[in-house]
Amino acid sequence: MSARTALALKGVTKNFGRAEIIRGVDLEIRENERHVVIGPNGAGKSTLFHLISGRLQASSGSIQLFGREIDGLPPHRINRMGLSRSFQVTNLFQNMTVMENLRCALLWSQGHKYAFWKRVTSQQGVTQRAEELLERLHLSEKRDVPASLLSYAEQRALEIGATIASGAQVLLLDEPTAGMSRTEADDMVELIREITTDCTLVLVEHDLGVVFNLADRISVLVYGEIIASDTPEAVRANAAVQEAYLGTEAH
Amino acid sequence: MNTTQERVAAGPNASAAVWAQRLWPWVLGAGVVVVMPVIFTSSYAITLMSHMGVMIVFALSYNMLLGNTGLLSFGHAVYFGLGAYTAMHVLRYIQATGFGLPIELIPLVGALAGLFFGIIFGSVSTRRAGVVFAMISLGIGEMVHASAHIFTGFFGGEAGLFGNRTVPSSLFGVDYGPGIAVYYLVMVWTLLAAVAMYLLRQTPLGWMANAVRDNPERAQFVGYSPQMVRFFQFALAATFAGLAGGLYVLVDEIVTDETVGMIQSGTVLLSAYIGGIGSFFGPVLGAILVVFLEGELSDITDAWLLYFGLLFVLVVMFAPQGIFGVLTQQFFAWRAGSWRGSLGPRLYGVASLVVAAIGVVAVIEMAYHYFRHWNPAEPMALFIFEVTVTGPMPWAVALTVAVAGLAAYVGHARPMLRRAMGGGGR
Amino acid sequence: MLEVIAFSLLNGLLYGMLLFMLSSGLTLIFGMMGVLNFAHASFYMLGAYFAYTMGLYTGFWVALFLAPVLVALLGAMVERYGLRRVHQHGHVPELLFTFGLAYVIEELVRLFWGNIPMNYRMPEALNFPLFTLFGTSYPAFRVFMLVVAVVMFVGLYLLLKKTRAGLIIQGSLSRPDIVSALGHNVPQAFMWVFAFGTGLAALGGVIGGIHFVTEPGMAFMMGPIVFVVVVLGGLGSIQGALIASILIGVLQTFALSVDWSLAALGAYFGYAVPPDHFFATLWYMDSTRLAPILPYILLVLMLIFRPRGLMGKRET
Ligand SMILES: Nc1ncnc2c1ncn2[C@@H]1O[C@H](COP(=O)(O)OP(=O)(O)O)[C@@H](O)[C@H]1O
Ligand SMILES: [Mg+2]
Repeated sequence: MSARTALALKGVTKNFGRAEIIRGVDLEIRENERHVVIGPNGAGKSTLFHLISGRLQASSGSIQLFGREIDGLPPHRINRMGLSRSFQVTNLFQNMTVMENLRCALLWSQGHKYAFWKRVTSQQGVTQRAEELLERLHLSEKRDVPASLLSYAEQRALEIGATIASGAQVLLLDEPTAGMSRTEADDMVELIREITTDCTLVLVEHDLGVVFNLADRISVLVYGEIIASDTPEAVRANAAVQEAYLGTEAH
Repeated sequence: MNTTQERVAAGPNASAAVWAQRLWPWVLGAGVVVVMPVIFTSSYAITLMSHMGVMIVFALSYNMLLGNTGLLSFGHAVYFGLGAYTAMHVLRYIQATGFGLPIELIPLVGALAGLFFGIIFGSVSTRRAGVVFAMISLGIGEMVHASAHIFTGFFGGEAGLFGNRTVPSSLFGVDYGPGIAVYYLVMVWTLLAAVAMYLLRQTPLGWMANAVRDNPERAQFVGYSPQMVRFFQFALAATFAGLAGGLYVLVDEIVTDETVGMIQSGTVLLSAYIGGIGSFFGPVLGAILVVFLEGELSDITDAWLLYFGLLFVLVVMFAPQGIFGVLTQQFFAWRAGSWRGSLGPRLYGVASLVVAAIGVVAVIEMAYHYFRHWNPAEPMALFIFEVTVTGPMPWAVALTVAVAGLAAYVGHARPMLRRAMGGGGR
Repeated sequence: MLEVIAFSLLNGLLYGMLLFMLSSGLTLIFGMMGVLNFAHASFYMLGAYFAYTMGLYTGFWVALFLAPVLVALLGAMVERYGLRRVHQHGHVPELLFTFGLAYVIEELVRLFWGNIPMNYRMPEALNFPLFTLFGTSYPAFRVFMLVVAVVMFVGLYLLLKKTRAGLIIQGSLSRPDIVSALGHNVPQAFMWVFAFGTGLAALGGVIGGIHFVTEPGMAFMMGPIVFVVVVLGGLGSIQGALIASILIGVLQTFALSVDWSLAALGAYFGYAVPPDHFFATLWYMDSTRLAPILPYILLVLMLIFRPRGLMGKRET
């Protein structure tokens, strides 16, 4: 495992009015590691992702991506620096077809920017990559179906597809398997494992089977604080974690 | 961005059939453009049709904002008007100095001016979408319009500015004195601009404009700045609005401060929306309709502005997809065979609405006669009848017709239609 | 000079309070419903016309109360049968609907009352000079306008601060989700807020129609200025609307009454732009001619540098 730090959070806090939702999070995620964040509902996992990806601004603290300060940058700038994220609540271009969604996700990373002198559909690079993604997501048959007409699991798959499309170095996936059936979830985990062989993954996940199977390291977030951040074995053995989380939630 | 287009766009080796499918609306359009002046030869008709061309470009440029990017502007005439004024100044400069810009290229001057002001005002107004954008556009519109009364050097004061289109040289040696020559020039530019705006929808910028309209947040997370997307769209839309302004100068040879005003901004909004902002050709239909009604309806009735407003309100309320949207919907429904079995109820529904409309129009016309005519007791011509509106009879009849038509639709035809179509919408 | 300043201040305050009558209703409607009512000034116009016509039969004092109530009922109907229908499509169609409505109302006014200004005059009871300042008398009617505006402001203040509905309305101005605290009948609450807002505009019209001119163009004259006021004050903020109203009122009155230009200022410092210079038009422009665009310049500047307005709590 490389020694480079992909993401570093130092003393990050976030208040909504008087409610302190993130209370001083320190976190270091190394390059190419698969890092899973677990914690009870309402612990602030999604909020943490919002802070990292620029959707929300931290109240204090610093967030660095490959050593560069990203706190306060707008989301698109952070995205261009190589960080891509998915949403817990599906967030797609609902009026566009599956293929169009994927193409939109690819345009910037393929260098087309705000071009208004070339047609999207003539860009072979984009088309090829989008077709590949379609295959991988098992969505080839739904190519020309608007996103709003997809089933829930298909929407989730597309959400992940749009997130990974650009080939970002750091991926944040917020509960990618939530609400899926057993087989769909397994499929998704397999896909995630496949595509994250050479990038950094930060994942929020509730299914502990998936967590221990996938993670290089695990962080446990409870009430806006990281109470443990370690290898799966160490986290499993950690008394505080067992008390606060595993003890009550493990099936 | 629709799926047929997606399938059609198979790259350079697309077959002839595909090309035919792609091109037929344009060929048809060009054909209509050529044939129309042969049918309608009066100089009034020619000018009216030239105005339609100008309005088509203007409305299409407006739809780059509202339809494609979701930006509701109340001040789009600023770019039309400033384009027109700049083009007029160049035309007058040519007149004064004999400077050699050919007349065919004068609309480009308007386009450049539109681009220039689009960049300036766009950079301050596109930070936000939605209501804030609408407000800024209104503010800028009012500001520029008010400026027209202050900077009379540029805007020519009350009387506006005149020019003479026959003075500049022509690239092709055409004499642009007759309206028909200008008509063809305007139409060539209209077609070029329409094709350009059509193609713009298929570019990365065009796609992301739709993306930003539907979900600006997601657009950010695929690397795009919604503000920049809006800005580029805005600047391009302003360019085409300026082009329309330049064309307007060639047709009318006069520019007044009305071209930058609220009414002009309102007209283009109405045109685009009534036609239908959801499809490319909606604003084209809207522009043609609005110019036609402005020209014709205003001759027939004093109430034309009221009809205009009512039509707009009705479209907003009941047919937000616009007239073109309704037509295409019906066309596809018909082709899919869903008219079968519901043809009767459909005709009945349309008939009842037409009856209601006749009643309403009669009431409005009589009201105008009663309140506005210097002698309300004088009989008035109403459709094929002659009525005296000071008596109760015509009112009773007209109101009965209106209410009966509406009641038949709401109480009978609509439920019947719903049943015939299996509980669906209209 | 002192005389000019005193009168300009007084008249500016007056104009500002009139603006406030319109902008308070508009900002209330926007804050609650998210609807920027383009036709707001049209209801102001209807207030003036209704009061004029009613006044012919009942006299001014009855009309002063009845006309706003009537307009409010009309507003309720517009909300119930028009706005509510387009509400489901989002805020842009709502804005478009009110835009079309403004057209229709203006045309209807032209239809019923004609294009020429109405002979809408102040009641005889108020037609006397109340006091004399610097040798110039000040009409009682203007003071009456001020009194009405102040009474309205106090009433609105008490309503918002002291009643349950008012507190919820206030809360919802900054947090729209609180609207649901009104109970399950949110649509009906919207209807009455809309009616109330249009009623306030109509009250402004009853008075403004006398102070200015009652003619079909008055809505399109007033509408954009009122928008400027609510955006300057901060959409949804009543206090902001008050401050911005007075600011714009005083500013415009001063620009009109004080003959001032950049050249005058320059002369003070012994500097002048040559008359054939590019900026000469601007330099020698006197403030009376600049008055109409001042509000819009303010608006654009405000939206660039402080988009939430003077007192706005949230951005839209
Ligand atoms: N915009 C917001 N305003 C106020 N509170 C919020 C907001 N977003 C999230 N919260 C609160 O923050 C807490 C953490 O939420 P979240 O990050 O979604 O938790 P998790 O993803 O861990 O389940 C919750 O109590 C939630 O109510
Ligand atoms: Mg969550």
